[in-house]
Amino acid sequence: MEAESLHLEVDYVGSSGTILSPEQKAALQTSLVILKNNQKFNRVYYWGKILGVKDDYFIAQGIGKDEMNDKTTLYSKDCVNWNLLPPATDAMKKTSRLAKGRFTGDPSYEFEHVEVKKTYGENDEVQEEEETIPIKEEDRLASVISDIDNDVSIVPRAAFIKRPAGQVVKNRSFEGLTVQEAAKLSSYMHFRDAVKLNEKTLLQRANLDKAIDFLDIIEEDIPKGSWSLQFERGSGLVTLRSLLWLGYVFYHVPGTRKFGCVYTGTGEKNQDLPFML
Amino acid sequence: MTESVPANPELNLNPKEQEFINAKSYLLTCSTSTGYNLYDHISSVLTKVLDQRPDNVVDIFEDISKETKRSKFTSDVDTVQDKIDQSTEVTLAKVQEKLFKKQGGEDEEGQQEEENDTPLPNLMELAFYFEQGGIGLGREETYRIWLALKDLVDHHPLQHARFWGKIYGTEQNYIVAEVEYREGGEEEEEEQEEEEAQEEDANEKEEGEGEEEGEGAEDDIPKPDWKPPPVVPKEANRSGTNKKTYFVCNEPGKSWSKLPPITPAQVSCARKIKKFLTGRLDAPVVSYPPFPGNEANYLRAQISRISAGTHISPLGFYQFDEEEEEEEEEGAARENFVENVEYEGIPVRELADPGLQNWVHHVMHILPQGRCVWFNTVQKQEDDFEDEEEEEEREEPDEPEPEVGPPLLTPLSEDVEVEGMPPWTPKLSSNLVPQYAISLMRSNLWPGAFAFAVNKKFENVYVGWGHKYAADNYSPPPIPAPMEEYSSGPEITEGEDPSPQEEEALRQAQMEAQEAAEEMEEAEEEEEEDD
Repeated sequence: MEAESLHLEVDYVGSSGTILSPEQKAALQTSLVILKNNQKFNRVYYWGKILGVKDDYFIAQGIGKDEMNDKTTLYSKDCVNWNLLPPATDAMKKTSRLAKGRFTGDPSYEFEHVEVKKTYGENDEVQEEEETIPIKEEDRLASVISDIDNDVSIVPRAAFIKRPAGQVVKNRSFEGLTVQEAAKLSSYMHFRDAVKLNEKTLLQRANLDKAIDFLDIIEEDIPKGSWSLQFERGSGLVTLRSLLWLGYVFYHVPGTRKFGCVYTGTGEKNQDLPFML
Repeated sequence: MTESVPANPELNLNPKEQEFINAKSYLLTCSTSTGYNLYDHISSVLTKVLDQRPDNVVDIFEDISKETKRSKFTSDVDTVQDKIDQSTEVTLAKVQEKLFKKQGGEDEEGQQEEENDTPLPNLMELAFYFEQGGIGLGREETYRIWLALKDLVDHHPLQHARFWGKIYGTEQNYIVAEVEYREGGEEEEEEQEEEEAQEEDANEKEEGEGEEEGEGAEDDIPKPDWKPPPVVPKEANRSGTNKKTYFVCNEPGKSWSKLPPITPAQVSCARKIKKFLTGRLDAPVVSYPPFPGNEANYLRAQISRISAGTHISPLGFYQFDEEEEEEEEEGAARENFVENVEYEGIPVRELADPGLQNWVHHVMHILPQGRCVWFNTVQKQEDDFEDEEEEEEREEPDEPEPEVGPPLLTPLSEDVEVEGMPPWTPKLSSNLVPQYAISLMRSNLWPGAFAFAVNKKFENVYVGWGHKYAADNYSPPPIPAPMEEYSSGPEITEGEDPSPQEEEALRQAQMEAQEAAEEMEEAEEEEEEDD
């Protein structure tokens, strides 16, 4: 959700239980402007909130030149002071997935994961070695945000275009999806580097527009039904809720350029999804 | 083509003009596939650009060109004139319009009386407090829910009504209202429903019996001697899990539907499964173990579980009725409480204390059995059995231990930890202006359940997916072990083959026996001879 229009657009996700208190709204309007200026961002997005047991994290993302790959993530506990999060590396993500339970609200807290290694010695003796892997909450926060961005961050089709030089920018000619288009999952795309697109055959890719269809569409997500698409106010607002990351909400007003997303949740992936459908 | 033939040889054109004419005629060449030419296209694109004058036009020039081409395909004249297709947006708005119409025809005096004594809560005020903590559904939606709740109160004889919360479904969402009927009000409404239900039941029973007879005549099918565990009866209306009645609707303004009362079997099954709701009350719940009922029952079970776990009030707001207490037997769980008239309010700071002593549960704990008040199933069996013989054969089952839960109005500090973290997170709504802050509670066991309290006001609300928190992954319960066909005994077990030594021993024993018999015979014969 763009920071400039935060106070207006936050109402679109109100029916999904995401609202900001007047104090938070006022604080964000002030602090995000300062943040954008100080960090020299092109644009600042309010990303969402991760609920901890003792305290919550508010997350903002700053965008540089490239909308897709030039992102900086920051967190705050009081909506005023923002701290930089380290970029999530693959190794960090791997260890963070071992952490269990909710976030605590203290960035320096360390989760501990005990890995039991079995080694077979002579005479079939089983030796068990316990290895404790410490996981810092700040690192886990960074990797969870990166995971959510990668798994469920979506945009309407044609909202972004890829320039011949590979840069991804906002499409100025995007005029919103029609109501009919908005009802189809094929009109929404994952906002990450395409993975499944490259697996398609040439025949399937023949009709694609290279400037627009450079992303994966969410219709092919596994398992089927991992998105809940609902119209609100009749057809005046379309809301997509991810069932994989409960708390992720995407909204779009058909026929306008308004779209955005926000996450408000515990920062835990819904691993039980296949059982729940 | 154009080069060889001069456009007009009679005009004395200089080479530059000639070139210009050649170029223009080339641009005017029509495309063989679409019939358009570039000259017209460029002129219309440029007209459009100059008319609209967008910024940085060079960036979107391709798009404008594309848009112009596309617009040629759509006709300006609508063939179906004056026939506007009503969008769903309009349909819904028309449904909700009714909410905003004031109901006329009543006397003003009558209205005033109602206003004084209405069970309708001041939802906007409560929503205001929740908004301070960043909880809720947005003001407009809350207002529409309020109007819908008013509609509910107007059409049913209710004593109490409150907005319980919102549960998301995959296709539609549920807005849940919690109500209590006035004395006798519910019975009247239910009578009709029950009659219909009974008729259906009777029909079903007849059909069922018919089937059984048919089976018996055809062949003797062995019947399993497995008997289902005794059914725990459901609790009566106005008590235990069925103390409150719930109405749900998908959108404010759409019709409210009443949820059926809950049975203990549904509660205990709902505890074992984890499914997303769809938003259709008649949708089947496909799960293992099979859920007895459809989505309406599952929704009702989840509502009961959430209420029992998360409905809390500040300590001292409610108290047990002392008069009633004397009447009841000692030891029996107390079910009823009354509002404490002398309640003064607890300071917000103390309410937000992480010790949690100042909050109490005011909804009864649901026992593992699926009821709030324990029911002895064994007792019932003995009463019901008419066959005395069968009863004698049956081993007397041990008297089961009564299940006991925490009593009503237990402080939250007694709550069990959730996977190593506190079950509730207390908070103040503001750190900047603490003197006007309110205290908020967030449940960690049921994510989405909240409560607030300030002065003498408090309220609970639930906004979420209707699932309990679990740090570990859900795994469905294992299927039960297969039943044994026969009880294992000597008749059906194969004997071990005797070893050669054993055979030898047996043979010798037989020989000895034979010899002994022969001797006996001889002795008898001798005796006879003697006679």
